[in-house]
Amino acid sequence: MKARLVIEVNRKPHTVEVDPNTPLLYVLRNNLELNGPKYGCGLEQCGACMVLLDGKATPSCLLPVGTIKKQSIVTLEGLTQPNGSLSPVQRAFVEQQAAQCGYCLNGMVISATALLAENKQPDDTAIRQGMERVLCRCGTQSRIIRAIRQAAKEANP
Amino acid sequence: MKETADSLTQSRRNFLKTAGCLTIGFSFSCQPLSASEKPPLQDSLPGSLRQQPQINAWLEVLDDGRIRVFTGKLELGQGIRTAIAQVAAEELDMDLNKVEVHLAETGRTPHEGYTAGSGSIENSAMAVRYAAAAARQKLLELAAKRWNKPGNQLRITNGKVELKTGTEQLTFAQLLNGKQLEDTVQLPVALKSKSDYRWVGKPILRTDIERMTRGEPVYVQDLRFPGMVHARIVRPLAHGAKLRFFDVAALKKTIPGVLKTVINGNFVGILATEEYEAVQAQWFAREQARWETAKPLPDEKRLAEYIKKLPAKTRTVKESGDLKAPEQTEGILLQARYFKPYHMHGSIGPSCAVALYQENKLHIWTHSQGVYPLREALKKMLGLETDAIHVVGVPGSGCYGHNGADDVAADAALLAMAYPGKHVRLQWSRDDEHGWEPYGSAMQMEAEARLDRSGKITHWRYDLWTDSHSTRPGGEPGNLLAARSIDKPFSAPTGGYSGGGYRNSEPYYTIPNLKVDAHFFEGPLRVSALRSLGAYANVFAIESFMDELAEKAGQDPLEFRLAHLDDERAVAVIKKLQELTRSEKVAANEGIGFAFSRYKNVATYCAVAARVFVDIKTGTVQVRKMWSVIDAGEVINPDGLKNQTEGGMIQSASWTLKEQVTFGREHVSSRDWRSYPIFRFSDIPEVEVVVIARPTEKPLGAGEAAQGPTAAALTNAIYRACGKRIRDLPVRIL
Ligand code: FES
Ligand code: FES
Repeated sequence: MKARLVIEVNRKPHTVEVDPNTPLLYVLRNNLELNGPKYGCGLEQCGACMVLLDGKATPSCLLPVGTIKKQSIVTLEGLTQPNGSLSPVQRAFVEQQAAQCGYCLNGMVISATALLAENKQPDDTAIRQGMERVLCRCGTQSRIIRAIRQAAKEANP
Repeated sequence: MKETADSLTQSRRNFLKTAGCLTIGFSFSCQPLSASEKPPLQDSLPGSLRQQPQINAWLEVLDDGRIRVFTGKLELGQGIRTAIAQVAAEELDMDLNKVEVHLAETGRTPHEGYTAGSGSIENSAMAVRYAAAAARQKLLELAAKRWNKPGNQLRITNGKVELKTGTEQLTFAQLLNGKQLEDTVQLPVALKSKSDYRWVGKPILRTDIERMTRGEPVYVQDLRFPGMVHARIVRPLAHGAKLRFFDVAALKKTIPGVLKTVINGNFVGILATEEYEAVQAQWFAREQARWETAKPLPDEKRLAEYIKKLPAKTRTVKESGDLKAPEQTEGILLQARYFKPYHMHGSIGPSCAVALYQENKLHIWTHSQGVYPLREALKKMLGLETDAIHVVGVPGSGCYGHNGADDVAADAALLAMAYPGKHVRLQWSRDDEHGWEPYGSAMQMEAEARLDRSGKITHWRYDLWTDSHSTRPGGEPGNLLAARSIDKPFSAPTGGYSGGGYRNSEPYYTIPNLKVDAHFFEGPLRVSALRSLGAYANVFAIESFMDELAEKAGQDPLEFRLAHLDDERAVAVIKKLQELTRSEKVAANEGIGFAFSRYKNVATYCAVAARVFVDIKTGTVQVRKMWSVIDAGEVINPDGLKNQTEGGMIQSASWTLKEQVTFGREHVSSRDWRSYPIFRFSDIPEVEVVVIARPTEKPLGAGEAAQGPTAAALTNAIYRACGKRIRDLPVRIL
């Protein structure tokens, strides 16, 4: 049964009419037409669908939209400043060219953003732990680690 | 992918004869160019230009001062879009952002077969380079005529032709007056002198990466059309299983959003308004459908023995010298057997396609690696005319070969034809992708060699057992899953492209007496092209064996290889690797291993080293660092080359240490990331890639060069760390 729900995405309230059991991922992609979060497994195993839920990197592929109450949802699109400039993490990914096909990039940038919010100067182990849930098949991880180091350095010189 | 045993040996011979100067296909001047020298002139058209020599097949002048370049290849994460823009901007002296690249689309871009075999630079980018150079020549001629001035008083700057005096200036579009350059590219073509390059050979940032980080629509998965409906497929229990029961009414009752259930023979697809309804319908349908399976699969644990016992067709890849002699020869004889299981492509984004059937025309948006061959196969499957099918290539998740891309497009086409007038978006589930994509074949390799007293290899025998390495649609509907399931099914063709299996099966070393045989079986699982095809397993075996031989000969593993090489470029990559790793210290339970190969024996040179740590008690292997030195001839975008090589090493390390498709009696059982684990961040080593650029050599595709040497470098390192020789993959220490 469809219900009318209000969710806060990228700092704006959105009203959607969906079955409350619908995983958040489909609502973001199909109802709000966002491209950031991606379908990768639908099993919370790969991290392609990550969003920031109250600032924490969370897979959205199994999370029923109806269970989201007051939490704020931020997607990849929401990391960009209103004037269009990239966030430090996004910028570092571009500068390090930390993508090949880029399909995993959403999960990577979202997880790195959450990690750096929690730990300003993560060491190598902390970076790996923070990123462990997100898979990349192109093998871009070494560049992604470099991008995260760069973003950390720029935020805290 | 035309290599044959003969062409390989032939080109190898040519290569050795001309010592460092390639003579196969087209070639650039072998003399290094100095700034003062004239640009090189060529004697044959390169790559895909031979089939489509018209300039406007490759580039179009736009009214707004930009140009549009066409490629029959698809962007798959290899950065081809940027590389092609670089060569076009270079020859036409334009800014990079004035070049738009139009990717594979039937009826629009050249037919360039498949985006495969690392051929995009060699074929497509080189065709664009020549077409752009020819366009430049033509534009200058037109302007010279128009202003009645000699060519040397003209110049081209950023989309305009002007008089050097600055008194006259016209954009390309003004000059052409609404027309396009329809001339064919004629030899000789004057290319820009390499010393004047602004874009080529520079680490240019790929612009698509910024769009990805912003979450802009990039992938086929991101396409949205008004009124688009969502679809899911219900695959059988196993290949060849027959549908015995399906309750359409019960499905509709349970999931009212279902618009239509399409049942065509053993093909089952469901259309729904909302994507989540389609997902739920798929779950429900899987539960209620009843299938009758045919032939059980063999025992997975005995796969290595099983594939060797299957009926096989044998082909001698190479025979030289005298193999009968080894029994009588003095020296040491060594034998070893190696095995590689089935591997998955495992794209992070499962395959997806959008299809629309409207006014007797079928439109398909796909991440297939070959839009034209897919159209051919679909035409036969659906009984349509060629003109009734329009296939548009849209980037997807990295695929590393032939994954589910073509199959999902065929599925979507069937559904769209059963539900005309609406865009049908079909997203395969993770389970569909893991369970139904064609895998990289399992392979068995046996090697035997004899060393003389001085430690030189005198005799070499090598046998490999493999299934096919390409079952791409290529106009054959039977290669599409859907076509095998419909009411009037097409059967899977047998004996597909076999050349891939013995790719790199001939060692690149100088060995006087040698025989290489390939044995082709038809194995239990569906197979096709996976990055580097058989080269991964063959190089793993050959380079592991070289390590064993070096040890027997009491020699340093790299010196031993050098003693058997007489190709300067091969020597150069190995020496560079030696230099990089010479001062490396290894801690307790650590080891460094090495390997080398020249991809396809005629393409990119790649030497790899790996440092690993082995915990004997727990059996865990941690890769600490990997190095590679790569020579891919002329490099268009060095950062792109590094990126692909780093990725190739990491992917190959994951294959080697972790991966294996598992199956039960009915079907594949590794159906998610838990049952088919791949490298995660905690597994990732530090990687370092050194590029030896050779601007005067032919550019060689490099995306697959690291796969084989990485595997052997790792297992050789494991041996040094703990004394255990790994001959069966994936690596198991205990
Ligand atoms: S799609 Fe959500 S974790 Fe894979
Ligand atoms: S860049 Fe392709 S999956 Fe990560």
